[in-house]
Amino acid sequence: MANNMAQRHKATTRIWHWLNAIALTVLLMSGLMIFNAHPRLYWGEYGSREDHAWLEIDDTRTTGFVKIGSTTLETTGVLGLSLGADDKVRRVAFPGWATIPTRYNLGAARRWHFAFAWLFALGLTGFMAASLLNGHIRQHLHIRRAEWAPKHIWRDVKNHARLRFDAHNAGTYNILQKFSYVGVIFILLPLMIFTGLAMSPAMNATLPWLHDIFAGRQSARSIHFICAALLSIFVLVHLVMVFLSGPINGIRSMITGKVAPARHVNVTGVTS
Amino acid sequence: MKDDRDIIGRRALLRGATLGGSALILSGCDALNESDMFRSVLRTAETLNQTVHRGLMDRAALAPEFPASDISPVFKTNGSLTGTSAEYLAHLDTKFADWTLRIDGMVANPMDVSLETLRAMPSRTQITRHDCVEGWSAIAKWQGTPLRLLLQQAGLSARAKYIVFHCADSYGAQPYYESIDLIDAFHPQTILAWGMNGEMLPVKYGAPVRLRVERQLGYKHAKYVMRIEATDDLTKFHGGKGGYWEDVGDYEWYAGI
Repeated sequence: MANNMAQRHKATTRIWHWLNAIALTVLLMSGLMIFNAHPRLYWGEYGSREDHAWLEIDDTRTTGFVKIGSTTLETTGVLGLSLGADDKVRRVAFPGWATIPTRYNLGAARRWHFAFAWLFALGLTGFMAASLLNGHIRQHLHIRRAEWAPKHIWRDVKNHARLRFDAHNAGTYNILQKFSYVGVIFILLPLMIFTGLAMSPAMNATLPWLHDIFAGRQSARSIHFICAALLSIFVLVHLVMVFLSGPINGIRSMITGKVAPARHVNVTGVTS
Repeated sequence: MKDDRDIIGRRALLRGATLGGSALILSGCDALNESDMFRSVLRTAETLNQTVHRGLMDRAALAPEFPASDISPVFKTNGSLTGTSAEYLAHLDTKFADWTLRIDGMVANPMDVSLETLRAMPSRTQITRHDCVEGWSAIAKWQGTPLRLLLQQAGLSARAKYIVFHCADSYGAQPYYESIDLIDAFHPQTILAWGMNGEMLPVKYGAPVRLRVERQLGYKHAKYVMRIEATDDLTKFHGGKGGYWEDVGDYEWYAGI
């Protein structure tokens, strides 16, 4: 069997994938703790308790709620008000099981966040440079003209809806995979870095254009939060896809780089 | 083809793995957070942030300034809302008529500067954004005396490395204090503000004088400043980390992020 294994993921892709998985997990969980310090989001340059928030997570002492615009959703038990591990009621936006550290500690959360931000930013830069040089972007992520055809995209949507994935097709991504990977690698992840930098008062003095692009520090903070939410959704869908499309092969290929040979004809019509 | 049971089994596995994974990550992270060695690794990154900022940044690069139309309708009050020392309360009664700012430490000419003298000195007016470490921001117009003018008058020693601000407010028994390096102390936007939005600085915002150090977060902007001390060593003050929140909340001394 081992002799028939085909190469799927390059070493740089595999190393970055796992480093990034660790970094993003820590950044998300420490980020939620930082958010807990002021669980309100605004558009524009300024925004505080005195101003209108477009998103707010808070509690009424007995219930937790999320307010988006003029819509209020009760979220008791999870957001706004939840039970700690000690079964005591905690009036925090995100519950302890979702934050680093578990108990409210803004100083510690910021330290975790800014340390792992280096791992994340340097990792992404290194992965992008390596992928440009070793052909990963050109061979696997580049979306070819034929793939943009609505008919082609629709066929892939139908295949996904029927849970028909070609998990054993070494070395090519289908069009929905390409859209999500390109969107994450080249849009969402860089946006996290740039909106993060735009929130730093020192960086605002050094790179004023960065803060102008996002139309203000509070807008940058909102976009940072929205992108983090989109990344979380991506990771959830990604995990579901891995499990539905053959988790053993999928995880093995991201560790060893090898994948078991194809047994079926690719649903997209390409024999592999 | 997969049958349903297979998929349900996988879902349960997925859920189990996610919950188990989360618990494992959390207990692991909390344990790491308690570890002195790991904390010192994270602190290395903090030093790196400061070094990179100071390396990238033009020493005199200005924080963004805004048009009057951007001023926050209500500037959120935060931290102490009044000074609490007996000396301060006495000055509050006499509307700071006899109040003086003490400037001493590693300076050639220690001075006591009255509010009147301070206001008669050349001043700078700036509409800037106040960024709290918690995440909120508010914009106001500040008017005050550039700190560098006072340090030059007092004859700052060449051996001094930091400027410490001793304040009249306190949390319990702990007086508030803060400190900055000389790069920020001599920055053109670093002022001792005595005016806010065209009026005398109100008490809840730090009267008679508060620090504005515009390229750093709100907790560096000490209110109710009574004494300015030049030093080469921050470890000899209070908890030794250079500021109240640095000592008590373990916040970073360099608050440029």
